[in-house]
Amino acid sequence: MSDAQDARVIRIEGLGKTFAGGFEALKDIDLDIHRGEILALLGPNGAGKTTLISVICGLVNPTHGRVLIDGYDNVRQFRQARARIGLVPQELTNDAFIRVWDTVSFSRGLFGKPRDPAHIEKVLRSLSLWEKRNNRLITLSGGMKRRVLIAKALAHEPEILFLDEPTAGVDVALRRDMWEVVRQLRDSGVTIILTTHYIEEAEEMADRIGVIRAGELVLVEDKQALMQQLGRKELTLHLRDPLDGVPPTLSQHRLTLTEDGHALVYAYDAEADGDDTGIARLLADLEAAGIAVKDLHTRQSSLEEIFVNLVKEAA
Amino acid sequence: MNLESVKTLYRAEMARSLRTVLQSIVSPVLSTSLYFVVFGSAIGSRISEVNGVSYGAFIVPGLIMLMLLTQSVSNASFGIFFPRFSGTIYEVLSAPMSYWEVVAGYVGAAASKSLILGIIVLITARLFVPYSIEHPLMMAVFLVLTAATFSLLGFIIGIWADGFEKLQLVPLLVITPLTFLGGTFYSIDMLPPFWQAVTLANPVVYLVSGFRWSFYGISDVSPLISLGMIMLFLAAALSVVAWIFRTGYRLKP
Repeated sequence: MSDAQDARVIRIEGLGKTFAGGFEALKDIDLDIHRGEILALLGPNGAGKTTLISVICGLVNPTHGRVLIDGYDNVRQFRQARARIGLVPQELTNDAFIRVWDTVSFSRGLFGKPRDPAHIEKVLRSLSLWEKRNNRLITLSGGMKRRVLIAKALAHEPEILFLDEPTAGVDVALRRDMWEVVRQLRDSGVTIILTTHYIEEAEEMADRIGVIRAGELVLVEDKQALMQQLGRKELTLHLRDPLDGVPPTLSQHRLTLTEDGHALVYAYDAEADGDDTGIARLLADLEAAGIAVKDLHTRQSSLEEIFVNLVKEAA
Repeated sequence: MNLESVKTLYRAEMARSLRTVLQSIVSPVLSTSLYFVVFGSAIGSRISEVNGVSYGAFIVPGLIMLMLLTQSVSNASFGIFFPRFSGTIYEVLSAPMSYWEVVAGYVGAAASKSLILGIIVLITARLFVPYSIEHPLMMAVFLVLTAATFSLLGFIIGIWADGFEKLQLVPLLVITPLTFLGGTFYSIDMLPPFWQAVTLANPVVYLVSGFRWSFYGISDVSPLISLGMIMLFLAAALSVVAWIFRTGYRLKP
């Protein structure tokens, strides 16, 4: 049954996939995707991003677990489930000799929708493909072919769009265009799930970011929350004389002592704390406590760092 | 039933052949005409009659069957193999279509194409030899059932094949020999008794014999047995397709 009020447009419950050869591509994935959001799935090659998308779209049978699309089970109620989904695959697959207009119209019909030239025109125009509508696909550049695949996926007016590495092998200018296209789609109310290698892309586009590693979803977080981690800074104070512990007079500061006692590390949030990072007070208190600092430096953790750590972590 | 999807797939498949009209229509019609010229006119003029039918007329049903079998298999196998090969199959598999709707689209188009070709050959043959059709309704039944059955076989081959070589293998090494040895150009009672018995193991014999019966009322085996056999092949092909879908074989890991 469909529940229009449910904010979770996709519910993935205990989803796993083990291929015939014994390779476990997905392990017990649980994920809710919110209506109207852009969710970026980050992960290294072979992490299971494409497999996850393929299971949701019905290209791969799950080994266990289930996927609900707008409340419809994607295996047992595949018609209702699939009618809501548009898929843009990673590979530029197409029928070389067919014309843009024909292939996009074909996609609409294949999803059981009656002909609607006005809608096809709207889709082609929004993707700057209108001028190319009578071109055979073989005459188009790679970027244009990618747009045709997006147009095909949008031909049946899906509520949910999967973009599997939409900007892989696309130059920087075109990548920006593609992001703009995706934003417009989101503004029109389409829920978008995209996979990417590029952290910059996730940072630029996503409302939420999921990280997949070795078939497991290791993190799903609001981008804002992640950005706060991004904004976290560390001030390391190198001491002239080692300490045995953090002096009680400095306990009000968020300080940790390194193992060798030669440095104090002060963590603060440059964004959240604003002008008052507490550094001035800390330095004054250090002086009062008679602790001599011989050097200091600050560093910032990047999303890239968070991502790399997550992906490496406990393999 | 998602009729719109089936129609879309069917039309796209038919359009694909129209884009390659030389390969899909002209070339098979030309090769069949050559058979008529060589076997029907040149050699046939030395052969008096077979079971009271002129040799040229005798080979008409066999040649149509030859065309029907080879075209059904090659159309249908290519029709499903190509999207698998190019990757465009993702779209069909992610569409809200049941497997049987997918089959209806692909196999329906392949069977329609070979039926159209069969009818073109039937008309072309008229230019070379006069013939009569005693049981037109049964002729149509044989035509349709054969086209459907062998298009299903082609679909199975197109799913099974993992390269172009395998795709060609079955039509070349199995279908063509069976058709040539299946009484296309002769009546099996022209063979020595031992080879007559061997020939009865060839499924194409039943198709050609039944089809020829619908033209001239003469047959190597009873037309009812022919009809029964083709139903049997159809059922076998459908079961294999059902198995493919149940297991996801080569389509859906």
